[in-house]
Amino acid sequence: MNLHALTAHALLDLFKSGKASAKEAYEAVVGRIKSIDPKVKAYVHLSRSQPHYAGEFQIPIAIKDNLCTKGEEITCASRILKGFRSPYDAGVIERIKKSGGSILGIVNMDEFAFGSSCETSCYGPTFNPWNLQCVPGGSSGGSAASVAADEAMWALGSDTGGSIRQPASFCGIVGLKPTYGRVSRYGLIAFASSLDQIGPLTKDVRDCALLMNIISGYDERDSTSVNEPVPDYTRALVNDVRGLKIGIPKEAFVEGLDAEVRRAVESALDLLKKQGAVIKEVSLPHTPYAVATYYIVATAEASSNLARFDGVRYGLRVQPGKVRKNALVDMYEETRSKGFGDEAKRRIMLGTYALSSGYYDAYYLRGQKVRTLIKNDLDQVFKDCDVIMTPTSPTVAFKVGEKVSDPLSMYLSDIYTIPANLAGIPAISVPCGFSKSGLPIGFQLMGRAFDEEMLLRVSYTYEQNTEWHLKKPTI
Amino acid sequence: MFLPSFDVSILPMPITKEDVKYIAALARIDVPEDKLEGMTKSLGGIVQYVEKLQELDVADVKPTSHAVPVGNVLRPDIIKPSLTNQEALAIAVEAKDGCFKVPLVIE
Repeated sequence: MNLHALTAHALLDLFKSGKASAKEAYEAVVGRIKSIDPKVKAYVHLSRSQPHYAGEFQIPIAIKDNLCTKGEEITCASRILKGFRSPYDAGVIERIKKSGGSILGIVNMDEFAFGSSCETSCYGPTFNPWNLQCVPGGSSGGSAASVAADEAMWALGSDTGGSIRQPASFCGIVGLKPTYGRVSRYGLIAFASSLDQIGPLTKDVRDCALLMNIISGYDERDSTSVNEPVPDYTRALVNDVRGLKIGIPKEAFVEGLDAEVRRAVESALDLLKKQGAVIKEVSLPHTPYAVATYYIVATAEASSNLARFDGVRYGLRVQPGKVRKNALVDMYEETRSKGFGDEAKRRIMLGTYALSSGYYDAYYLRGQKVRTLIKNDLDQVFKDCDVIMTPTSPTVAFKVGEKVSDPLSMYLSDIYTIPANLAGIPAISVPCGFSKSGLPIGFQLMGRAFDEEMLLRVSYTYEQNTEWHLKKPTI
Repeated sequence: MFLPSFDVSILPMPITKEDVKYIAALARIDVPEDKLEGMTKSLGGIVQYVEKLQELDVADVKPTSHAVPVGNVLRPDIIKPSLTNQEALAIAVEAKDGCFKVPLVIE
């Protein structure tokens, strides 16, 4: 039996019946990583700590390189954090360890989560398990690729504008961005604090619910964490969508959407209709402004959050040979110039510009106001609809190198995922087919704030009536 | 949704090399001369794209700074265990006398 190829819930069943042990499962996955990862390159490094075998959910997990994990080198795939060995555990890592989870290792991402392809990592790209010439998506590309390639049972990622859902879609797995405040961000190295949220990447919807049970909940160390009761998400796994209303934004199915993606999402919609869901065309008139809004708000917050990487305390420090301004300022500038990659510099500078004197009102303040309009559009639709369905990404995975020199076209890869971050609502990506070239396609469901259960219910119903989630890549 | 029907190449370049030098200084990033042209072009393209937001009338719209409204969050002023000085300095680039050490600032 190939233990590494199983879902977490299938493994838990085997543990319970005594047919396999957590140690065997952990060793099977490590063996898989050793044989496959030289091709996929999902991992930045394997865990320095030994697995421990106690607790209810002894499932091996992969962790994105921006979640502080005690004793591990955590770098956000950036040279500027090289050598940073985290002295503490993030809130979610504490929860994983407490539940019995063993950390397999730290997985790749776009530098500081700035990207949709995993190509801006200082470690080099991760490759898509379905086609090693393609990107796995990003920024949680290592998380998605590790799960899709059976190099982890499940993984944690973070999502600021689609960084869990887009790679999940590109790699043919399930990815959920929870409601803002549902999961503690304590110990997540911040990109855009009002948009960032940690979430699960899993092989199926049941695993998604299980991992949500483990990581959700209030944490006083994150002042934006919300003190709402956490339901048992596995109770939402019912194969029944009768009478539920699915909103289809007319703006989503227009020119620019790949024809194969469109067909796959439309047949998923047909299936849900046959299962008894009611389909309703809706409008989100301000969504054409979402990408522009996002690139103002997210870069402004990033420029502020990344100011702390200056060579003073930890990570990289570079002192230039000769004095330019004064020793300290020279050190800041040299460290940041050598430590950040081009995309990080571009975003820090864009954010600095949007916040700078004379431009604040025109860019940042206006961006926050348009954010309100986008949120209002969604609120309006949710008065009547239970979920909103769109493609997760306008295309399937693209080739490595294809978009790297064109930042704007890369940004447009997130057009469907960004509105959920701006509005703070939960959204999930679920596998719904393949292109002729054999690359996975996913659909996205968005839901009301704190109604992850509705997303899980609709996704589960779809999954129970299809077999896409059972397909495996040949590597 | 989402898809923009917007040709950015028709607009005047809103960002100059001088702007980029100024922003770089604010951001404490050194952009060498040979990279200045490329950075000006790519930043300019993105700024042109976000100009799209100027089309909307937002005079009466309140800004959203956080998606889920929460008030000021305060905690009781009680000392709790945290990283020790030694733990915090274990990751320091350079440390001296229990402090992070930086290059000489004042002669």
